[in-house]
Amino acid sequence: MTAPSTAIELAAAIRSGERSAADVVEAHLAAIEASEPSIHAFNTVTADQARAAAADVDRAIAAGEPVGPLAGVPVAVKDNLCTDGVATTCSSRILEGWVPPYDATVVQRLAAAGAVTVGKTNLDEFAMGSSTENSAFGPTRNPVDLSRVPGGSSGGSAAAVAAGFAPLSLGSDTGGSIRQPAAFCGVVGVKPTYGLVSRYGLIAFASSLDQVGPFATTVADAALLLEVIAGHDPADATSLPKPAPAISEHLDDGVAGLRVGVISELMGEGIDPAIAAQVRAAAEALAAAGAEVTEVSVPAVTFGLSAYYLIAPAEASSNLARFDGVRYGLRVDAPTTNEMMVATRTQGFGPEVKRRIMLGTYALSAGYYDAFYGQAQKVRTLIARDFAAAYQDVDVLLSPTTPTTAFALGAIEDPLTMYLNDTCTIPTNLAGDAAMSVPFGTDAAGLPVGVQVLAPALGEEPMFRAAAVVEAAAPARSTGKDA
Amino acid sequence: MPAHISRDDVAHVAKLARLSLGDDELDTFTAQLGAILDHAEDVEALDLADVPPTSHPFDLVNVLRADQPGPTLTPDDALAGAPQAEDGRFRVPTILGEAP
Repeated sequence: MTAPSTAIELAAAIRSGERSAADVVEAHLAAIEASEPSIHAFNTVTADQARAAAADVDRAIAAGEPVGPLAGVPVAVKDNLCTDGVATTCSSRILEGWVPPYDATVVQRLAAAGAVTVGKTNLDEFAMGSSTENSAFGPTRNPVDLSRVPGGSSGGSAAAVAAGFAPLSLGSDTGGSIRQPAAFCGVVGVKPTYGLVSRYGLIAFASSLDQVGPFATTVADAALLLEVIAGHDPADATSLPKPAPAISEHLDDGVAGLRVGVISELMGEGIDPAIAAQVRAAAEALAAAGAEVTEVSVPAVTFGLSAYYLIAPAEASSNLARFDGVRYGLRVDAPTTNEMMVATRTQGFGPEVKRRIMLGTYALSAGYYDAFYGQAQKVRTLIARDFAAAYQDVDVLLSPTTPTTAFALGAIEDPLTMYLNDTCTIPTNLAGDAAMSVPFGTDAAGLPVGVQVLAPALGEEPMFRAAAVVEAAAPARSTGKDA
Repeated sequence: MPAHISRDDVAHVAKLARLSLGDDELDTFTAQLGAILDHAEDVEALDLADVPPTSHPFDLVNVLRADQPGPTLTPDDALAGAPQAEDGRFRVPTILGEAP
């Protein structure tokens, strides 16, 4: 089998009639059938709907009708995005079997662009986790090394792209849930500026932090998918009233004169030296391409983890109050409504979700609100200020995406140790800025390393230009797979 | 430094969050939540009296639209995923100890 094609190549081949959308979707469904049992990227594979959507694309092209930029391109969708008529579970027992009556805005935009959804991908329950081991339906495995986790929470979406099940997928990123699994699986993952992509139909975890974004095998594919899903949506009151940014047309403009800062606080203690070395190599590649590379300090990022693990659980404790056995999903019968709600939530939620709901309830409770939640909100201001100060001097920032490469399934049982995975990614969510992970070489064990490129709010265009240069300079990685 | 959260605190927040915990779970969660809150001591200790809080990345307020009718979910669609529905409403068990 030849190397899997990119989304841009597939779209061009389908538009020109060189390949049919039906042929492309069958090839990807065959790849899923062959490898999904060992990877478990999906909660649901929507083969019939995918074949029907591909047939529609082929019919439109045969009739000479205009088609969208992703016409016939297979895409996988994280299972916390609502899909009309297709079960949406958040990998939780409490939503098992629930079928949404509407599509998320991003799902509508995928369909309008002609994309063919092949399934709903596995995640840590309600997007809470960094390994996809918190799924109620079993873990996803990393296609690079099946003994290791794919990262999380969007582990299924990252694994689906890394395994060649689809050239594109959608995830959501609240504290690193797109970028960290992208780094672990050796693919590109983007957390767009808060408000750039609609959250309508994304089942909420922490509403002031959640953002939907793309996974792809190349920076150019990720740019195309972001352009398709971005832009104002009246159905999301936190959606920025801006059009989708033009990224692709500037992707090859280079980085001559671009000011790049390596974040000094994220290059030392707690970071695998092999990863720090790759970030320095990526910085040198940017400098060789004409960028002005410096080291900059963003001091408050070191408080990001503590602030995040007060703010995100606080918002989650409120958002997840809606799962009470009344309107959707699981109900465990009991004599009174209160007992029914307690029994439903106790049986329906897994341990990590319970932990965060209780942590958030505590942080918001009388007597602790100022010391924990209020203080964390002030730290959030500090982080935003420190990023803004850094962006006075540089256009984009550079750091590791993760402190380590992919770890073995079951290797991390302590919740706090697991949270440390998000050290480098969390500050961007707190600031509402943009960041993406680009694969760049491996560690000594051959596991993928991700370099994080960060930009101020709505700085996607220079961020992608820098990412394209990093991608072009990346050392070749042997995948160790035949497919 | 005293422990940040006691077993009784955990039992209290579980009750507020409509969760029922066994004795073993109470012990486990008390230790785990305590470790997470200990880690948050670094922010607890900062002097931030003059720093305003941030609740949201952008200052978007009062996002309004014209009050015009448009398509919405039908009552049947809205009730389709409910565990129990009756007469166009969500059905729940007894509230406040009333007879069913």
